[in-house]
Amino acid sequence: MKVFNQLKGLVVPLDRANIDTDAIIPKQFLKSIKRTGFGGNLFDAWRYLDHGEPGMACAKRPLNPDFSLNQPRYEGASILLARENFGCGSSREHAVWALDEYGIRCVIAPSFADIFFTNSFKSGLLPVVLDTHIVDQLFHEVEATSGYRLIVDLHAQTVTTPDGAAFPFDVDEFRKQCLLNGWDDIGLTLRHADEIRAYEIRRREEAPWLFA
Amino acid sequence: MAGKTLYDKLWDAHVVHTDANGTALLYIDRHLVHEVTSPQAFGGLQLAGRQPWRRDSMIAMPDHNTPTTPGFTEIDDPVSRLQVETLDDNAHRYTLRYFPIGDPRRGIVHVVGPEQGATLPGMTVVCGDSHTSTHGAFAALAFGIGTSEVEHVMATQCLIQKKSKTMQVCVEGEIGPGLTAKDMVLAIIGRIGAAGGTGYAIEFAGEAIRALSMEGRMTVCNMAIEAGARSGMIAVDETTIAYLQNRAFAPSGDLWPRAVAAWRELHSDPDAVFDRVVTLDAATIKPQVTWGTSPEMVAAVDERIPDPARELDPIKRSGMEKALQYMGLQPNTPITDIPLDRVFIGSCTNGRIEDLRAAAAVIQGRTVASSLKQALVVPGSGLVKRQAETEGLDRVFKQAGFEWREPGCSMCLAMNADRLLPGEHCAATSNRNFEGRQGQGGRTHLVSPAMAAAAAIAGHFVDVRTF
Ligand code: SF4
Repeated sequence: MKVFNQLKGLVVPLDRANIDTDAIIPKQFLKSIKRTGFGGNLFDAWRYLDHGEPGMACAKRPLNPDFSLNQPRYEGASILLARENFGCGSSREHAVWALDEYGIRCVIAPSFADIFFTNSFKSGLLPVVLDTHIVDQLFHEVEATSGYRLIVDLHAQTVTTPDGAAFPFDVDEFRKQCLLNGWDDIGLTLRHADEIRAYEIRRREEAPWLFA
Repeated sequence: MAGKTLYDKLWDAHVVHTDANGTALLYIDRHLVHEVTSPQAFGGLQLAGRQPWRRDSMIAMPDHNTPTTPGFTEIDDPVSRLQVETLDDNAHRYTLRYFPIGDPRRGIVHVVGPEQGATLPGMTVVCGDSHTSTHGAFAALAFGIGTSEVEHVMATQCLIQKKSKTMQVCVEGEIGPGLTAKDMVLAIIGRIGAAGGTGYAIEFAGEAIRALSMEGRMTVCNMAIEAGARSGMIAVDETTIAYLQNRAFAPSGDLWPRAVAAWRELHSDPDAVFDRVVTLDAATIKPQVTWGTSPEMVAAVDERIPDPARELDPIKRSGMEKALQYMGLQPNTPITDIPLDRVFIGSCTNGRIEDLRAAAAVIQGRTVASSLKQALVVPGSGLVKRQAETEGLDRVFKQAGFEWREPGCSMCLAMNADRLLPGEHCAATSNRNFEGRQGQGGRTHLVSPAMAAAAAIAGHFVDVRTF
């Protein structure tokens, strides 16, 4: 797993609620059997003016100038600011891979869909939940200030604005440690292999039909 | 101490280990696998030199990319073909239970699992697919996972989980004639919102839920994810038990009565306490049609498209404006005036035999409106297709002008050749009306199979109760 510690990054706003994973990475790109190659197609239908298909050279495609990620002032952003229920819909982890490959390391929103939230940690992408009114304030600040950067500190669990205001956020302790240390959670689970086997032996007795 | 909810019982029975801050290792009984979210997981497994922990927990089949053209033998799109071949290879390499193209049992994984009795009460069921919530209809703890978690389950038979909060959604009373599980669940989503269930496991209860067949219950649990809940579930009763008897993977012989006795415990205790309870009166539910780009943007067929100008919340208002712009619709338009180009009957929400029967009953002896470009029926599985053909439903559809296809996900997400063109409106029995879901620029309206059938005949939405 990728390490996440502290990030000072340019913020790009995406002012919509319920951004679904179909929008983050449309279905035609899920035909790939690889884990990479999705960054160019992040938000494909919003980002480009033409219809994207796998294998097209993204650098040559016409960009939608109205889409925030395409605006020069947000070039190189690593923090995405969004509204509630970010990442809803399909379980496709390709959405996280696409964000990560594009260069987004942290998404800040008032709420996330559960599967997307879990998937994020697996690729070292930190989802940060902040109160709706704080997110609102950040939207105003980012639009008013060019070169707006935030500091996201996982260890301290804070998001700090350019004028020094620090907003605390919650993160599950286990996930935090995994991210800070870059642990492989399959490896961690396999340390409990004996317990898993003992569980199986007991369950096979109790409910053998579960093992058909 | 208060009694346990169904969710508590399922959770407790599967905890292998809990650490100090409540993070648990949860044992997984059934792992369904399809071609889209598994290749990178198999790849990771191989890279780490690991083997699947319990192969017999896995059942695999291709469904998302598969063509639906009658009698197809090959996938034309080379990228799709490679993905399906990769699943063929992995199933072969790891000697998995596999329903490949050509196997009469193959279909959408969420239709096939229950149909085979591979989904049983009391199980934990996962799949790299958000609509795994479907299987909760059998009092199973069933939820969708991402590819890294798919690999985790393959390698360890467990997932790292935190307990969810619990919500009970009670649909009391009796639903009116012509109304279905789909209308019920769309009404529920309209009520609690697309994020209303986030962080919760939902148990659906109440008289109207108990009155549903297993097919109807699967439709309801299928869409729990559209309300934000990773899992939805329904207690075991006689309907559950009757459905499972004699299914291929279900227990038989001496094991059957033992299993049934255990299953009868799978309900919330009368004194169980939920974190949130929502109650709906079934009698007030009307046929539902979505008008926007989130399943929560839903109205009754006799209503009008809402006016964003009357929405006070600025974020919601802008969401409605964006949705109407994408859908090419004006506020205050009657739902019955929405133009239609295509009709799609199928998907893991409404691709089961009961759904096809309901649609066929409306269509019988009528013809598809000449204004429609296409009306498509895609059975959820090979066995559903065969059953429908035995009952002569295929003839009803074909005579009316519907296309009768091979099973798969098809136009639910348009990964194969079945898709909408930009700007086209589709009455669909699937579960998502997101932008581009059925094809880039396509406009989806979610409805029940009976409503889709009636819309196909009329060429626009009509109230199936008076059709
Ligand atoms: S039918 Fe649609 S929702 Fe169901 S599994 Fe297939 S693509 Fe997903």
